[in-house]
Amino acid sequence: MLSPQTRLAPVSLHLLRSLSCLVKRVAEPEARTSAPRILLGLQHVVERGVAARVQAAGVSVALERVVSGPTATFAEGESCGLSPLTPAGGPHAIPPPTASARARRLTPLPGEANGPFQAGSHVALIKREGRRRGGSRCRCLRAGAGCWQSAAAREARGRRAGAGARARAGAAASVGGEHPGAAGVGAAAAMAVAVGRPSNEELRNLSLSGHVGFDSLPDQLVNKSTSQGFCFNILCVGETGIGKSTLMDTLFNTKFESDPATHNEPGVRLKARSYELQESNVRLKLTIVDTVGFGDQINKDDSYKPIVEYIDAQFEAYLQEELKIKRSLFNYHDTRIHACLYFIAPTGHSLKSLDLVTMKKLDSKVNIIPIIAKADTIAKNELHKFKSKIMSELVSNGVQIYQFPTDEETVAEINATMSVHLPFAVVGSTEEVKIGNKMAKARQYPWGVVQVENENHCDFVKLREMLIRVNMEDLREQTHTRHYELYRRCKLEEMGFKDTDPDSKPFSLQETYEAKRNEFLGELQKKEEEMRQMFVMRVKEKEAELKEAEKELHEKFDLLKRTHQEEKKKVEDKKKELEEEVNNFQKKKAAAQLLQSQAQQSGAQQTKKDKDKKNASFT
Amino acid sequence: MDPLRQSASPCSSRPSSPKTPPCEMLGYVGIEAVLDQLKIKAMKMGFEFNIMVVGQSGLGKSTMLNTLFKSKVWKCTLPGLAMPTPQTLQLKSVTHVIEEKGVKLKLTVTDTPGFGDQINNDKCWNPILGYINEQYERYLQEEILITRQRHIPDTRVHCCVYFVPPTGHCLRPLDIEFLQRLCRTVNVVPVIARADSLTLEEREAFRRRIQHNLRTHCIEVYPQKCFDEDINDRILNSKIRDRIPFAVVGADRQHLVNGRCVLGRKTKWGIIEVENMAHCEFPLLRDLLIRSHLQDLKDITHNVHYENYRVCRLNESHVLPHGPCWVNLAPTPPGPSVAPGPSKACTQAREDSDDN
Repeated sequence: MLSPQTRLAPVSLHLLRSLSCLVKRVAEPEARTSAPRILLGLQHVVERGVAARVQAAGVSVALERVVSGPTATFAEGESCGLSPLTPAGGPHAIPPPTASARARRLTPLPGEANGPFQAGSHVALIKREGRRRGGSRCRCLRAGAGCWQSAAAREARGRRAGAGARARAGAAASVGGEHPGAAGVGAAAAMAVAVGRPSNEELRNLSLSGHVGFDSLPDQLVNKSTSQGFCFNILCVGETGIGKSTLMDTLFNTKFESDPATHNEPGVRLKARSYELQESNVRLKLTIVDTVGFGDQINKDDSYKPIVEYIDAQFEAYLQEELKIKRSLFNYHDTRIHACLYFIAPTGHSLKSLDLVTMKKLDSKVNIIPIIAKADTIAKNELHKFKSKIMSELVSNGVQIYQFPTDEETVAEINATMSVHLPFAVVGSTEEVKIGNKMAKARQYPWGVVQVENENHCDFVKLREMLIRVNMEDLREQTHTRHYELYRRCKLEEMGFKDTDPDSKPFSLQETYEAKRNEFLGELQKKEEEMRQMFVMRVKEKEAELKEAEKELHEKFDLLKRTHQEEKKKVEDKKKELEEEVNNFQKKKAAAQLLQSQAQQSGAQQTKKDKDKKNASFT
Repeated sequence: MDPLRQSASPCSSRPSSPKTPPCEMLGYVGIEAVLDQLKIKAMKMGFEFNIMVVGQSGLGKSTMLNTLFKSKVWKCTLPGLAMPTPQTLQLKSVTHVIEEKGVKLKLTVTDTPGFGDQINNDKCWNPILGYINEQYERYLQEEILITRQRHIPDTRVHCCVYFVPPTGHCLRPLDIEFLQRLCRTVNVVPVIARADSLTLEEREAFRRRIQHNLRTHCIEVYPQKCFDEDINDRILNSKIRDRIPFAVVGADRQHLVNGRCVLGRKTKWGIIEVENMAHCEFPLLRDLLIRSHLQDLKDITHNVHYENYRVCRLNESHVLPHGPCWVNLAPTPPGPSVAPGPSKACTQAREDSDDN
């Protein structure tokens, strides 16, 4: 950093002495031939005292004039960073007598504080030019500790101007205890070294001159992830009774609660169970999905469908969450399947057609790791043949199983060696048997003990290494970046979204969203109308029915009424008749009584009167 | 009454529900190896960090950046005498790749020369807000593509360091206005610049007054209180919050003090050592920004600020002003004039959604 107060007079001696040497050392024939011209120009510059103080523009202008020709243009940004000195290559190069003579002439310039400045800047300029033209090396240095001076010295040592370091150091040392000067030297040197890059590059590699501290970044990241916890979802596909649950128990060294499935399932269904595991400070939310009833049906055509639907459903759930407007992805419990363990039955011959079909359907949706289950039923030589047969069948049918990553040096080796053993032949067991003097997970047979964690017996250890200890993160990444992205792309294209429309104007999700939303709303409205109309119609019908019923009722009522009245009349008529009869009877009775009384009063006349009366009454 | 957050902290641990019973493992499985896998992956991919410095000219922003990252991030800290002072606020960005012990960091620094330099500084924060929103927009456009990249380049501003001039009194109206607007969009860390012009007592008093001002105007600077996850975080962050704003001095020159080489400013009355806690609080700032909270800054930017922007954008796309490279979405409906700044629209939207 140029500051106007820095005095470098004591250094100018060294500087100017090596000026000529430097010019010679630039190793460009053009520069050498034009060296006298440059020096002349310098002299002009110095003598005229052009470009008053250290103005960046001023300095560049002066030097532009001088440096025209071979050392063509330099990026203007550099002018600011021109250091007042970079002596170099003192003791090595032999200065041409003329140059040195000139240099000596140039040396004692009293009171011209800017002279050495500009000379020095010029020197630095040429030096940088030469370096750049020669092909600058990548500056991305590891930061060492320590102050800039030593760093600069170290850097310079690595460059072509190797001797310059010593000279520089020498010069710096010779500056002595003048602290600002030393600082200026060191700073300037470092600057000249570190900044000298054309500014038209996008990314600049910067060299650090001290410990900044961001090497703790991976730790920060890991701490954050640890506090959040991890998620891992495994799908186990295989026939009933092939040992899926046992293998899971063995893999994770625990007993997951489950009942063995029956063979009577009408179709394939998937059962997902989640568990929380904790090891030291790592929390893992493990989800194990089982295919219940796989391979049990008589007609296995549609066995793969529930599995594919389940996987798609998890992708869909994540996609929905991602597309929401107000979403919370960091809190989202990721249920996408990260690894699919495909259990191959140990027939010893080849893959079953069901296996092939299912794996073919699943390979673009999930990372498939095929394993041979119940491997203790296959002899060693048969196993080898079986494995190669399976792999060749998979390859010939174009099934893409999960490839263990080999691009990272730390894991490439182990992954490469393990891939050779695919598919892993595993044995699972949760029971412990005493072997030697310790307990180990094993299966005890009358003819021997199959140890689960013995690499000679089965590939369980390899599976655990690959699945959990080496590639868990890669499995998750593959799921997210490859399978999920593929699903997302297909789904969005299906829904009608595009990235660019035929006019090659970039579409946006938002626009299509709006269009879809309007369409959907329109549909909704139409449906609403329909329903309303139907409702109205139904109401009308019901009304009509009710009216009919009402009418009928009325009629019935009228009829009843009429009959009632008729009856009533009849009854009244009868009543009248009865009354008449009663009246008549009473009259008769009265008359008879009268007659009887009269007959009793006149006995004599009775007979006649009676007879008369009788005649009279009878007539 | 927090306009930023309505639900749990963005980085909180996932709760264990009754559906996921904890299981005891009877032996070593090797799950913790996933941490190493993570680390390897992170180192391979490299990290990105974008920092923005805002403040009036002459407060030492470029020097501070150089001091923070111990390298010449900005080549020219003194403006050339021939260059005129910028008439409007310009934003200059430069990207560097720095590496330390195998960790690669792609650092992008954005400087804002001309901020607060004019006579009339009204709406001088608009270009800055526009720039920040433009980065969010870029990320959003990448994210909603159908075929998107494996790793979306992250140019969003993770941290904005605001330089408060050392007047010694309190925050100026310009500071308050700017901070109010910016705290909703980006993580802001205010610092007292050029603190070597204040004595220790003056510094403390100034700091208290600034804190009081921030509280009065409800300005939430980083580390925000509402994002503390657990008790440890809260304790740690309260200590930091107590010292905000840091009184910093920037220097990129080395001097010899007692035989040691230190970064500092040499004056006639002494050498101010930048990394000496007794002299200034630069180490605190450096630790906060780089050594302990860098990942947290990025997380909060991604989980909170970016999500807020996304919500606004997807809801009210026609109200936000258009930048030079923004996709022209639905045509602006003929209606009342749009709100002046994107943040205002966002706040309106947020308040609307709050009310709903």
